[in-house]
Amino acid sequence: MTTRLLNDRDIEFMLYEFLDTENLLKRSRYQEHSREVFNATLDTAKVIAEKYFAEHNAKGDANEPTFDGEKVHQIPETKEAWDAFAEAGFLAAHYDFEDEGMQMPEIILRASMAYFTAANVATSAYPFLSLGVANLIHSFASEEHKARFLPPMKDGRFSGTMALTEPGQGSALADIKTYAEPAKDGTYRIFGQKMFISGGDQSITSNILHMVLAKIKGAPAGVKGISLFICPKVLVNEDGSLGERNDVALAGLLHKMGYRNTTSTVLSFGENGGAVGYLVGEPHKGLSYMFQMMNEARIGVGMGAALLGYQGFNYSLDYARERPQGRLPSTRDPESKQISIIQHADVRRMLLAQKSYVEGGMAMCLYASSLFEDSQTGETEEIRKEAITLLDLITPMVKSWPSAYGLKANELAIQVLGGSGYIREYPVEQYYRDNRLNPIHEGTDAIHGLDLLGRKVTMDNGAGYKLFNKALATTIAEAREQSSLAEFAEQLESALNTLNTVTSTLLNKLPEGIDEGMANATIYLDLFGRVFASWIWLKQAMTATQGLAKADVQENDRNFYQGKLQANRYYFEWELPHIETQANLLMSHNLTTFEMQDAWF
Amino acid sequence: MKILVAVKRVVDYNVKVRPKSDGTDVDIANVKMSINPFCEIAVEEAVRLKEKGVATEIIAISMGPKQAQEQVRTALALGADRGILVESDEDLQPLAIAKMLKAIVEKESPDLVILGKQAIDGDNNQTGQMLGALTSMPQGTFASEVNVADGRVSVTREIDGGLQTVNLSLPAIVTTDLRLNEPRYASLPNIMKAKRKPMDTFTPEDLGVDATPRVKTLSVEPPAERKAGIKVADVAELVDKLKNEAKVI
Ligand SMILES: Cc1cc2nc3c(=O)[nH]c(=O)nc-3n(C[C@H](O)[C@H](O)[C@H](O)COP(=O)(O)OP(=O)(O)OC[C@H]3O[C@@H](n4cnc5c(N)ncnc54)[C@H](O)[C@@H]3O)c2cc1C
Repeated sequence: MTTRLLNDRDIEFMLYEFLDTENLLKRSRYQEHSREVFNATLDTAKVIAEKYFAEHNAKGDANEPTFDGEKVHQIPETKEAWDAFAEAGFLAAHYDFEDEGMQMPEIILRASMAYFTAANVATSAYPFLSLGVANLIHSFASEEHKARFLPPMKDGRFSGTMALTEPGQGSALADIKTYAEPAKDGTYRIFGQKMFISGGDQSITSNILHMVLAKIKGAPAGVKGISLFICPKVLVNEDGSLGERNDVALAGLLHKMGYRNTTSTVLSFGENGGAVGYLVGEPHKGLSYMFQMMNEARIGVGMGAALLGYQGFNYSLDYARERPQGRLPSTRDPESKQISIIQHADVRRMLLAQKSYVEGGMAMCLYASSLFEDSQTGETEEIRKEAITLLDLITPMVKSWPSAYGLKANELAIQVLGGSGYIREYPVEQYYRDNRLNPIHEGTDAIHGLDLLGRKVTMDNGAGYKLFNKALATTIAEAREQSSLAEFAEQLESALNTLNTVTSTLLNKLPEGIDEGMANATIYLDLFGRVFASWIWLKQAMTATQGLAKADVQENDRNFYQGKLQANRYYFEWELPHIETQANLLMSHNLTTFEMQDAWF
Repeated sequence: MKILVAVKRVVDYNVKVRPKSDGTDVDIANVKMSINPFCEIAVEEAVRLKEKGVATEIIAISMGPKQAQEQVRTALALGADRGILVESDEDLQPLAIAKMLKAIVEKESPDLVILGKQAIDGDNNQTGQMLGALTSMPQGTFASEVNVADGRVSVTREIDGGLQTVNLSLPAIVTTDLRLNEPRYASLPNIMKAKRKPMDTFTPEDLGVDATPRVKTLSVEPPAERKAGIKVADVAELVDKLKNEAKVI
């Protein structure tokens, strides 16, 4: 049984029914495009993903990269996949025509990336990071550095990394130790160690650009003293040719549970006099620049988590249709044929839960990416501003909700396969191991909880929060008009009220003691995520209801839409209600975990 | 040298089609459609001939609904120079398609017509051969290797007993088998370029072809589910069952 990549019908639904991607064609930036071009782009992504990425997903897991003290060795398929990705033009697709790009909308690129990630999350990490690094350079580097570094990134000769974490510092970047000293030629010399840097060395590209966070000597303490540097593995001459090796050394590879074909590296900067680094933008503003890449990466992490979940869902669904086992409780005849396990209600429960998580997660991330698109190319200043404000608010959930529930889906996929789910002869245990990373990197759940409650909900006088309320209210009003959805409109309204009450209760309490007040922020994040996910599901259900109402709807489409409606019902009836328990804990300012003491363990 | 390549719009090979419950047809509403894989191989072969300097122009043609222009565009993105769409909402069958191709062959006078050996929807394996009969062009079907030299094309064919090579005078027809080549994918810049390549649209009437289907589908059903097996006591019982129940001997 091979694994299907995603579900083309669902992608079409999300892009053109749930979201109005075709409407982008009205924007002047996309006048040259057509739905045909979008679809051809997705087709190319899928073909390359199937041929060059999916094929070595298991092989890359079984043969993790090695380091012989000089060089990193990887299975050769990794480079072939990278080359195919680059040659097809995906590294340059979203740039302007005049910059040799295709002016491809963000959402089409994101949906294209979905195929690669679904096929092989570990190998996709290289282009994924490089796209982000190129964007970062494009947004904030000087013209000179753009001219020197962007062309080789767009054609795939250079890749990129984000080098934030250190052996001592992960969640709390304010305390990083890596530092930079100005050199006479206007560049900097960087000293320090970075850890967990994905793609920090590899056997794919001739050069790697590390985007390094470091403190310039004498900088202010905390995050306000962090600067961003481009630090190439191999120095690049002004004419673009490669020069000497920079003073960046691979100290070693880390050995991971999943995502194995992505190298995880410990990098040493400046062991021999200092690594040449080029300051990006202004001094001490590095973290704010890096946030652009992190925010982009956070949508990507959420998406990756949803997609790994999706692959497990696909596999376990096919398996459940084919695996005969047992009979219904009502069947007494021992000689009757065994039924396929999908006929067991409990297996359908596990499949439906997976469906609600993975399709919900993917829709959530594509919605976020449509907001990003609007923030860049929306017709009016107001549209652009509102889009970015709302996106800022929901980013913690867009990252965390799919990370939590995509993983849960993978766990259920294993359960659907039974013993076969637990052995490496089947792919679902790898999906689980791969997906286990997602609640950790790009900010752990805890960090996003703190960010949400401590910053995002009150930012700009709660502007994002108000927009979220407005958006839900609109959907609630619309859904109420459709008799089949009115019950969900009621439930969402009540859930939104709960969220609002919890939010104001928590915010009011904060001044009394911020440590206590923030103690349960991760639970708040999950509650918020559930309300958000319900909204995304109700919007999908509304779209499906419209689809069903079409006069010429055919049988397989009817089934597809019915599936959406049932997954919506599942989410509202089985998952959303948990917020009541969470709300009780939060509103009573439950301090059981807070008051637990170290010594009592 | 001019090459005409035919590309058919079919249900994507990944899609598992199911019969409609009323048994009139398979349900393909809103399923993913693609170029027939054998036609992709045909396009690839034409593009390689052009890259080798053998061919100078490649025309991609599709016959089908308006949306079949997507498949013509794909062929253009893969390297064809211009496209033709013969638009018809009829259920187009091999004979009608061959007749339309003949009309286009007369208009364009290609030196080589390359088609897939069959389409994965109907699995008919007829169009190339019918076109050969209608135009009196020589044909090399099930090609696994194609070489053009000195006004002739030599085609290595995959046949039951092994390989057979035929040497044909041009103009000729080639139908492709799976092993002929490995098709490329369309790069994004080429997808954009394809948008600007010319495409002509005709109807069957424009070409003087009556596209009315000649073969009627009576019903479409899924294959019968396999029943549980039984154990026979001895050979005699087996023979008896084969004779009298299964009626196969
Ligand atoms: C496979 C992999 C790839 C990675 N790729 C990169 C990369 O490319 N570039 C890069 O820079 N980094 C990368 N990272 C690092 C990653 O971002 C960090 O691991 C992550 O941010 C957590 O930091 P930490 O490991 O130091 O854990 P810690 O910060 O030590 O956290 C440990 C635990 O404490 C909790 N915790 C910490 N602070 C708080 C707080 N204030 N309140 C409540 N709880 C808290 C955390 O939630 C977590 O549960 C990668 C990590 C992995 C595993």
